[in-house]
Amino acid sequence: MARIIVVTSGKGGVGKTTTSAAIAMGLAKRGHKTAVIDFDVGLRNLDLIMGCERRVVYDFINVINEEASLNQALIKDKRCNQLYILPASQTRDKDALTLEGVGKVLDELSKTFKYIVCDSPAGIEKGAHLAMYYADDAFVVTNPEVASVRDSDRMLGILSSKSRRAEQGKDPIKEYLLLSRYSPKRVNLGEMLSVDDVQEILSLHLLGVIPESQSVLNASNSGTPVILDEQSDAGKAYNDIVARYLGEDVPHRFINEEKKGLFSKLFGSK
Amino acid sequence: MSSNPHNATSQRPVLELKSSSFTVPLLVLNKYDLHLISDQLAFKVQQAPEFFKNSPLIIDLNILVKTTTDLDLKALFDIVRKHKFIPVGIRGGKPEHNTAANELGIPVQSTTQTNRPAPKPQKIETTPVAEQQSDNEKNQTKIITHPIRSGQRVYAHGDLIVLSQVSAGSEIMAEGNIHVYGTLRGRALAGVQGNSGSRIFCSNLQAELVSIDGIYKINDDLNDISPGKPVQLFLKEQNLVIEYL
Repeated sequence: MARIIVVTSGKGGVGKTTTSAAIAMGLAKRGHKTAVIDFDVGLRNLDLIMGCERRVVYDFINVINEEASLNQALIKDKRCNQLYILPASQTRDKDALTLEGVGKVLDELSKTFKYIVCDSPAGIEKGAHLAMYYADDAFVVTNPEVASVRDSDRMLGILSSKSRRAEQGKDPIKEYLLLSRYSPKRVNLGEMLSVDDVQEILSLHLLGVIPESQSVLNASNSGTPVILDEQSDAGKAYNDIVARYLGEDVPHRFINEEKKGLFSKLFGSK
Repeated sequence: MSSNPHNATSQRPVLELKSSSFTVPLLVLNKYDLHLISDQLAFKVQQAPEFFKNSPLIIDLNILVKTTTDLDLKALFDIVRKHKFIPVGIRGGKPEHNTAANELGIPVQSTTQTNRPAPKPQKIETTPVAEQQSDNEKNQTKIITHPIRSGQRVYAHGDLIVLSQVSAGSEIMAEGNIHVYGTLRGRALAGVQGNSGSRIFCSNLQAELVSIDGIYKINDDLNDISPGKPVQLFLKEQNLVIEYL
């Protein structure tokens, strides 16, 4: 049985798709067969971030409507043979998704994959609901600002009451906090909520902090999941997150401002 | 698409169960004498025969059961039917009358509305049931161990105990007292069914709104309260008082 992970937030623009791409690539690179599904029907983006937009023939909705088989629609990643992408349809809307259809696709994927990453659309409506309904684990992506935190809190409420696990009375979805676009410098200046502030409001297990980084934008534009940029802070942060999710004990980084060493103080650094 | 007709039908179900209230004439019987009842009923109908024709009728036995022990319900129904009424229920009867009516296919109506001429027997009829219910529910203290998230609502018929936080944008309500052992950032309403003696206990008060029996304070009114200190809230002469514990 596969483990189904939903990457969700409530609010838009916090880094769900970036996170989905990075996490899926990270899991696949560690040898786990992983599928990543774009649930944002009508606003397809995951294919761009994954750099496979020119290879899309069939999509998720085609599979749900049985116009194409799952194997026809799945796109194999060129960089990692354990990773497959199921793109969303750009010409349809969220109403094309059905609870039974999504369930059927996830069931079929579960037979051969180890992890299924569901990239949720923003909002709490149908698309977001169906993305999280079958999940086992939830990665709640939050930016350190009040609106994002409140929306995440709302999403957590929905996760605990409207999922399949909740409806069937099983163990609840495991919820993890991913704090993205974090800038320790701005936290110190009092311009941004700190990790502790967010933790106090959400009281959620922190899986990792992803620092604000130029490399994320570069990676998105070039269609390379940022986790592959091993030199960048964001790439390192996502690697840590995947490791922690898989049970490794990795200390948190990027929470505090880096102290400048004597050397860089003397000679300056960017 | 082949699924469209299904969609169209599924949008409008074959049937719907709804609740509605109607005005139905009530026949209050003061004396158990079948002949007299029949005669007087005939007289009433005579005054407006068209109005009463095939009219539904509920028979009120409240007063009758005080004086008479063996009522022949079937005979009563036959009499009202003879005068072109359709009996649709009885109320105020003893359990044996209710059973008898049910056997004859006549439903038993509840006696929640008070009847002026005979308030006492009705009280006896209704209060034990009502008390049993509320006793059962009041004893049911609701205990919640997980965080209450933004957008969630919790209602307790008795007391409500929350061992975790209550997020901003959520709402907790209780007919009794409310205890919150985490941070209270949402709305908390105690004594919502009109219990002015209920209280709110809270280890860290940062609520959007707190209310007891409809008397409330919003977050702006809580500026003097230092966060992180345990407090209790109660009503004193129609004022919501906050006191450090």
